[in-house]
Amino acid sequence: MSAAHDHHHGPAKGISRWLFTTNHKDIGSMYLWFSFAMFLLGGTFALVIRAELFQPGLQFVEPNFFNQMTTMHGLIMVFGAVMPAFVGLANWMIPLMIGAPDMALPRMNNWSFWILPFAFAMMVSTLFMDGGGPNFGWTFYAPLSTTYAPPSTTFFIFAVHILGASSIMGAINVIATILNMRAPGMTLMKMPLFVWTWLITAYLLIAVMPVLAGVVTMMLFDIHFGTAFFDAAGGGDPVLFQHLFWFFGHPEVYIMILPAFGIVSAIIPTFARKRLFGYDSMVYATASIAFLSFIVWAHHMFTVGMPLAGQLFFMYATMLIAVPTGVKVFNWVATMFRGSMTFETPMLFAIAFVVLFTIGGFTGVMLAITPVDFQYHDTYFVVAHFHYVLVPGAVFSLMAAAYYWLPKWTGYMYDETLGKLHFWLSFIGVNLLFFPQHFLGLAGMPRRIPDYALQFADFNWISSVGGFLFGFSQLILLFVIIKCIRGGKKASAQVWEGAQGLEWTVASPAPYHTFETPPDPALIKAQ
Amino acid sequence: MKTDKAPSKNKTLVTKLLFAVVGMFAFGFALVPLYDVICDITGLNGKTNNLAIQAEAGEIIDETREITVQFIARENADMNWGFTPSSAQVKVQPGEVNMISYKVTNSSDRVMVGQAIPSVAPNGAAGHLNKVECFCFEEQVLQPGESADMPLRFFVDPALPTDISKLTLSYTLYDITEKSSKLKAVAAR
Repeated sequence: MSAAHDHHHGPAKGISRWLFTTNHKDIGSMYLWFSFAMFLLGGTFALVIRAELFQPGLQFVEPNFFNQMTTMHGLIMVFGAVMPAFVGLANWMIPLMIGAPDMALPRMNNWSFWILPFAFAMMVSTLFMDGGGPNFGWTFYAPLSTTYAPPSTTFFIFAVHILGASSIMGAINVIATILNMRAPGMTLMKMPLFVWTWLITAYLLIAVMPVLAGVVTMMLFDIHFGTAFFDAAGGGDPVLFQHLFWFFGHPEVYIMILPAFGIVSAIIPTFARKRLFGYDSMVYATASIAFLSFIVWAHHMFTVGMPLAGQLFFMYATMLIAVPTGVKVFNWVATMFRGSMTFETPMLFAIAFVVLFTIGGFTGVMLAITPVDFQYHDTYFVVAHFHYVLVPGAVFSLMAAAYYWLPKWTGYMYDETLGKLHFWLSFIGVNLLFFPQHFLGLAGMPRRIPDYALQFADFNWISSVGGFLFGFSQLILLFVIIKCIRGGKKASAQVWEGAQGLEWTVASPAPYHTFETPPDPALIKAQ
Repeated sequence: MKTDKAPSKNKTLVTKLLFAVVGMFAFGFALVPLYDVICDITGLNGKTNNLAIQAEAGEIIDETREITVQFIARENADMNWGFTPSSAQVKVQPGEVNMISYKVTNSSDRVMVGQAIPSVAPNGAAGHLNKVECFCFEEQVLQPGESADMPLRFFVDPALPTDISKLTLSYTLYDITEKSSKLKAVAAR
């Protein structure tokens, strides 16, 4: 690519570059920065929770505000931090990985990003409204979120509509890009796993985000138009809400973890300097998990009163998910086995992902056992379980991805020492934070309470210390990223010795336009 | 890809995906009646029939079995009508029509409308508790201070599974004054 060519197609100057851009790299960067900002905001809410729970009694906040914090923390982390971060990575990396010049629908891409800040501005603004923000938990069970909800719930509903629309547009774009824009020679079974996992995730999004939109629309009707979808007095059923919500909610948790599987499947082979073990089985395992995610939703609601046959079905179907997930974990371990491993920061995060996500997976199997779930339901054991799969699971994979591809994005190597410091503080912090919560839950501490019985004090104290350690460690990540953008050791195109794939064939930093002509098919290797 | 086909390929694909989105949105709403149908067939959420079932004359009474039917009456949230059944439990034989009544008193100083919502436990029994006459089929309007005895006539279907010898009928009374159409009719009178 000549310099003159570059000049004509370079980014526009000033703010309009970001407002009107249709460039997948710009939009990817905006998604990533937005999600990082939301991560810090949601993290701040979490620290309010951990500060309040540092010792028994009410210290800092009113119970109602505490409930708003747990709710907003969940909503922001799920919809504002984790999901947009994966969409950002998809934007940046999928075109580079499949040899496409851009996303298939660049203008819609711009739109799907720019409606997000408005959705979250609306959602966060509810905290300042009369009656406060949503205080009914991120699962917003009716009638808490209808009959007994604060007036601001209408704004929450519209925010969910908007971010749902954003997710659906993002998903359509990803599918169109992957199915229509692959370079010649890039067959489906040669695609990197990150692309595969995102293709399947996008289908999950298209299947369940509209159901979520439907649920909040029903809430809107119940609140304002006198319908009784979830109101027992009018012939509705609050349990119906739970069924509808979890029909969305369970695939949603795989939406947040499947792309993470793809990231880890890219990083481990690079630093083990071996090909990924069992590529085909990885693809089939991902598809199996996606399929199973649609038929297990009621394991979130074993205690509503279900017939024995229903409990058995959802219990066994849930346990079945451990099989394809186990295939993945064993494949990652087999990839590392007898590899020439080095332990740069992305690899540390990826290995921590495998270990800690597996712990979260095991507690998931425990929760799948119906009679046991009756004891664990709505306790801190559940909190510990899903934080293990989401924080050292999804979030660690995002951090691994950030370190792994930062040199490709910025053209400079990040500070390895600080990266490792960030990893170890996060690793220690996250385990101090969430491991004691298993014990709290087993001992019977309920979730979503601002105050607790004295016997839970010690583990809560440890958990809060871990929370603040983990939270403030993330400022190191922010510092490392800014430092890396501003300069450092020049990164080569290849960046990592063992890295495979088309994204490593373009220069670092990746030029504003890449693969305007399709890459040489000889570069496309089987995985 | 710089082929002429790409845009039309995208168009076809996006159209299909949008249909899927609209379809799933509709499916979310379709789940509502579907849920009711499944509950009706299986009796899963404890809902009983909401229309009167005529006991056939000469309904066979199964004198070999005795079923204990327990009655629970509770008021939802802000309801304060004092809602109690005339007896806590009765022993009945399947097929035999029984009657009990629930006493309510509107102790507030305004006209109120109540709606009772039934639920039967255990799950398998809901479809076998048949009501010939029930106050729960309609809204109840009470003037301030007014009392009423609300009748319930029911029979247990002889087809009740043999492993069930005791069932509980629970009513929750909701205040639907604001939503009621009946109150408007009363006010207009």
